[in-house]
Amino acid sequence: MNFLERTLAGFLTALEQSLDAEDLARRQGLLQHVDPRIKVVGIAALVIAASTAHKLWVIAAIFAIALLLAVASRVSPFLLARRVWLPVLFFTGVIALPAPFVIPGRVVCTVPGLDWAATAQGLKSAAYLITRVESAATLSVLLVLSTPWNRLLKALRVLRVPVVVVAIVGMAYRYIFLLLDGAREMLQSRRSRLMGPLPGPDYRRMAAASVGVLMSRTLQLGGEVYSAMLARGFQGEVYMLDEFHTVASDWIVLGVFAALTAAAIYYGR
Amino acid sequence: MVDNQNPTQAAVFDVREVTFRYREVTALESLSLTVQRGKRIALLGANGSGKSTLLRVLDGLAFPEKGSVQFCGEPLTEKCLQNPAFAYNFRRRVGLVFQNPDVQLFCPTVFDEVAFGPLQLHWPPEQIKAAVQKMLEELKITHLKDRSPHHLSTGEKKRVALASVLVVDPEVLLLDEPTAALDPRSASQMIDFLVGLRGAGNTVVTTTHDLDIVEDIADECFVFQAGKVAAQGSPAEVLTRQSLLEQTNLLHAHRHIHGTGVTHSHPHLHSHKH
Repeated sequence: MNFLERTLAGFLTALEQSLDAEDLARRQGLLQHVDPRIKVVGIAALVIAASTAHKLWVIAAIFAIALLLAVASRVSPFLLARRVWLPVLFFTGVIALPAPFVIPGRVVCTVPGLDWAATAQGLKSAAYLITRVESAATLSVLLVLSTPWNRLLKALRVLRVPVVVVAIVGMAYRYIFLLLDGAREMLQSRRSRLMGPLPGPDYRRMAAASVGVLMSRTLQLGGEVYSAMLARGFQGEVYMLDEFHTVASDWIVLGVFAALTAAAIYYGR
Repeated sequence: MVDNQNPTQAAVFDVREVTFRYREVTALESLSLTVQRGKRIALLGANGSGKSTLLRVLDGLAFPEKGSVQFCGEPLTEKCLQNPAFAYNFRRRVGLVFQNPDVQLFCPTVFDEVAFGPLQLHWPPEQIKAAVQKMLEELKITHLKDRSPHHLSTGEKKRVALASVLVVDPEVLLLDEPTAALDPRSASQMIDFLVGLRGAGNTVVTTTHDLDIVEDIADECFVFQAGKVAAQGSPAEVLTRQSLLEQTNLLHAHRHIHGTGVTHSHPHLHSHKH
């Protein structure tokens, strides 16, 4: 599989994951029952609390809350480990790795054979970075996994995201999959007519031509979609129907989120 | 008040000597036709004969290089459609269902899709919700309302696209190849629905090259060839003109293999009347 096909396969995996996410978002769980606007506000508040807390146990407590929310929302911890914890640990770990050795302080151990001294302050800094990022990422992914994408987008309006931005992102999400399918079919049809791997220059020429064709298709599709919008009365202004209904339990959940955030900010000072 | 004795006033669309080009390709050439109010019209023609282009011209999405188009006695021009009052009135009264439903389904969910038109027409939210619900029930797609269009089959997409146009109850319905790319069952359901429009009094203009459905969905046919109207008449008149249909690539030689292995072919029109 060449670079272009690998990239496309990556995108298509993302597509499959998004379909899984839609299924998860329709399950019967705690967060699935909450008004998306409440979830957006509550989870954003907890993410801010985790990012600003100066005590490690407070950040760990927020992470534990995220884990409890996941279990109550029927989101498997194994899924979170695979999609969030391990990738975040890897990427944040790379950033945090030098911290124990470059931040001065009390030496707690040395790396055998290298004489690199790890300090308590350095380890603490690395732990802060990793737990903060893990907690924030877990909460954010929970929000996405427990809310259908279209409702999540609409809920962003509670954070004053302009309606036109919400509409554009929604349409981009809708059409990216259509174009990906088109690109996949284009590559498969080409591969079905090839006798073997192409030489480098030919492959690059083919890749550039494919990008060009896809670009041209995208422009054509964009024009057609705009025509379809005009045909149904679009005159440049985007309107959206607000379908959210807040019930008493939503206000209770908001109260719990507010109390947890306040406690985290107070104890995490 | 519309005077049905006066052909100009009874005409929903009056197309006069229209020429339209896509760069060097002429899609419509000095084409003239009139669509009368309440009629069900079929535009027949092979691929590339100009049928879909004409629908775009009738829907005010493309504007001719030469000639004129009138909608209910008023000129239909780019300038007129820049007038919000005219555009509102026109879009409220005329609906176009595109051939490719993916073009038409640009909203995140089926519900949002069907609500798009009424939202643009500034209907009150409660009226929109009721109209959308009614339309989803009518087209038997209520179970799809929270689904994303990219999860739907082609037949389901076509029905959603139709619902998204019918929800505002347009007087004039323009349908571009409504049965194209549908499996036989979905095509049959679509035809049943179009046949059901007969009593509703709407003006319906349908492009198709499927001769099997013409008698069911149309009172009058225009046969297109190379951007011109090659013939006009009732379905019964047009469908019996074999040489015309062959000349316009609407009729093909149909092959039969008999038990002895002998193959022969002849022009063949599929039609099933009971």
